[in-house]
Amino acid sequence: MIKTMALFALAIFMLVACGEARDAQLEKNASNETEKVEPSSNESGGDDGLGVGPIKSVTLGDLDENMAKEGEELFTKNCAACHKIDKRFVGPALAGVTERRKPEWIMNMIMNPEQMVKEDPVAKELLAEYLAPMANQNISEDQARKIVEYFRLVDSK
Amino acid sequence: MKTKLFILLAIALSVVLAGCESDGGKKGNAGMVGSNAAEKVYVAPGEHDEFYAFMSGGFSGQVSVYGLPSGRLFKIIPVFSVDGEKGYGFNEETKPMLETSHGFVPWDDAHHPELSQTDGVPDGRFLFINGNNTPRIAKIDLKTFETTEIIEIPNSGGNHSSPFTTENSEYVVAGTRFSIPITETDVSIKDYAEKFQGMLTFVSVAPDEIGDMEIDFQILVPGFDYDLAHSGKGPSHGWTFFTTYNTEKASTMKEVNASQNDKDYIAAVNWKKAREYIKAGKFREMPASYLNNEYDEHTHMATTKRMKSTRVLIPSECPGLIYYLPTPKSPHGVDVDPTGEYIVGNGKLSADLTVHSYTKMMKAIESKAFEKEIDGIPVLKYDQVVAGVVEKPGLGPLHTEFDDKGFAYTTFFISSEVVKWKVGTWEVVDRIPCYYSVGHLMIPGGDSRKPWGKYLVAMNKITKDRYLPTGPELAHSAQLYDISGDKMELILDFPTVGEPHYAQAIAADVIKDKSLKYYKLEDNKHPHAVKNEKDTRVERKGNEVHVYLTSIRSHFAPDWIEGVKLGDVVYFHLTNLEQDWDVPHGFAVKGADNAELLVMPGQTETLKWKPDRVGVFPMYCTDFCSALHQEMQGYVRVHPANANVKLSWGLGEDETQGK
Repeated sequence: MIKTMALFALAIFMLVACGEARDAQLEKNASNETEKVEPSSNESGGDDGLGVGPIKSVTLGDLDENMAKEGEELFTKNCAACHKIDKRFVGPALAGVTERRKPEWIMNMIMNPEQMVKEDPVAKELLAEYLAPMANQNISEDQARKIVEYFRLVDSK
Repeated sequence: MKTKLFILLAIALSVVLAGCESDGGKKGNAGMVGSNAAEKVYVAPGEHDEFYAFMSGGFSGQVSVYGLPSGRLFKIIPVFSVDGEKGYGFNEETKPMLETSHGFVPWDDAHHPELSQTDGVPDGRFLFINGNNTPRIAKIDLKTFETTEIIEIPNSGGNHSSPFTTENSEYVVAGTRFSIPITETDVSIKDYAEKFQGMLTFVSVAPDEIGDMEIDFQILVPGFDYDLAHSGKGPSHGWTFFTTYNTEKASTMKEVNASQNDKDYIAAVNWKKAREYIKAGKFREMPASYLNNEYDEHTHMATTKRMKSTRVLIPSECPGLIYYLPTPKSPHGVDVDPTGEYIVGNGKLSADLTVHSYTKMMKAIESKAFEKEIDGIPVLKYDQVVAGVVEKPGLGPLHTEFDDKGFAYTTFFISSEVVKWKVGTWEVVDRIPCYYSVGHLMIPGGDSRKPWGKYLVAMNKITKDRYLPTGPELAHSAQLYDISGDKMELILDFPTVGEPHYAQAIAADVIKDKSLKYYKLEDNKHPHAVKNEKDTRVERKGNEVHVYLTSIRSHFAPDWIEGVKLGDVVYFHLTNLEQDWDVPHGFAVKGADNAELLVMPGQTETLKWKPDRVGVFPMYCTDFCSALHQEMQGYVRVHPANANVKLSWGLGEDETQGK
């Protein structure tokens, strides 16, 4: 029993130790939208960056400030307990997220977190780093789209 | 392959069991367990049961929810008793549920769960159950599996013959098992025969989603003991039948003195007629003090209404309201068959089982075939109402339920068996032993117009050697029988909580898709809800400190509080911000003299805490919620009473100063 716990502690230590390096790599990947994250476990080839879930395609138009305002309210109610814009909290800081990720990925992450952290290579790595699986807040597609618009507004400033 | 495996397993089991039986009685009596019993009750991991069974917790005061045929326990619904596990009766929101005219009563003796019906068929909206000790009826909403209303029954000494619904749940009923002086006054117990009276109560249920209960009217009746009830259905819809014993009106040594008469009565109440009398104003408004407590699933709070009077009908002033059907001997259960024609009186001291006919009863009323009158209530002639007698079926009949093939099943306490008989011919066709001393029995839908005649559950009063011994106190035992064939077959034993006097079951499909998964945060109208972390705060009102906090995996906001002083009363108003199924958060603080909170997603609950010493008190989440559940904790600092400090609180780098 004690041995098992020691091993477990060691494993956690290694995860934490790896965290920073991976973070840097992730951010590097994310900073260039065209660059694909190559998942080691995905045999079918490259990751299209859309994530896994109901959202297959989103067309972004000009920034809609009203929509973004509604998105901000939704963010405050459903997300802000774990995510801050400018700093790492329970989950990653969200400034620049629309540059790192495609809108489809963001919406799938919001709407379908359980499957994302199991199957999407980027989400899997984020879970390994942050260790707190993102809560499913039962956000609708319409609501998720508004939250994306809020992120776009933040990133436009 | 699967089937083969089961059969092998079953054979192996039966060999082992058979081996044990001849093993000098080291093990309990296995009974006649068929070789395929294991297969019949096996619900594979991850698969669902076919029926929900709601079993009374008896002296636990609660309701337990089981699956059939597996006998697996899913939930204990707190009803009449406080429950530390769920904070029921301990948190500020549910305390009013247990208020009565006697004050806060944190326990009761629950007896008969009864599903709401539409057209005489269980509809899966509500479950009602009676509290016998401090007379009450509770309603459980089967969307949330939570108790949402409790109404106290005034002018009653003990509510046993209850709740037993009418065909469309127009009413659930109550009757007094212990007659008392009405209104409650200081009277010699020796004057029982002259001065004690009974009361039958009809509680209306609103035909909507809430199902609000109100006492519509009461009927003042002679001072017998009103034992059990069932309402008519089909042709007899509009009538409710109550059994009586102690028609001798004995006030002491009832064991002997209440068993003297050859026949007692089944009281037949025409409640449609009662409604007419009420409408015509032929009632007396009698003073009565009783409480009606309702839980609102949007405010997540219970409130109490104090009621001051009831409308009482007096039989001598209301002809045609109520009749007595003579029934041997101290009848216990009264059960109406699915057609609504036959009314079975389970005379517990009688050698035979008496069945009355609704058609004959109506003819006897029409032709005034009365034997005598008691306090204005005509007693119908026995031979004019009896339809048939099941002769010498067993000893000590208590209760009867029905299947969908024209058979009735009666429990016999003394001879410890279930006897199957044919409705109409009254012949006994099968019998099977119970281990031991069966009380109620239950067939899913077995008191309705459409029984699901596949299983029968016997609820036994004596357990003895059925399970591994657990000291002097043993769990009451339930037994499941397969009744789909000609012969009843024992297929499972399972332990129960408290004493399952009665149970009801319903096809799982009727309920399971309507089951609520979480409360929507946007619909939360709790006055102390905080719906995002930005609004979390701590406020002082004199010596009251109100903490408005939130929970989400895996932290409370705020997670530290300073500035509470000795002598303060702290109210933690916790809102669970989660919006997903099966993510409750618990909340406990060291030294609290009540219980934890267990807050469902989207819900708000309040824990009152009066710190008793200066120091730093941990608070934490009690329900394992995530990988970082152990980190879901915080501190409250309690200063000396005279400290000159301001409230302050925070989470992470955020910190706020209060007043």
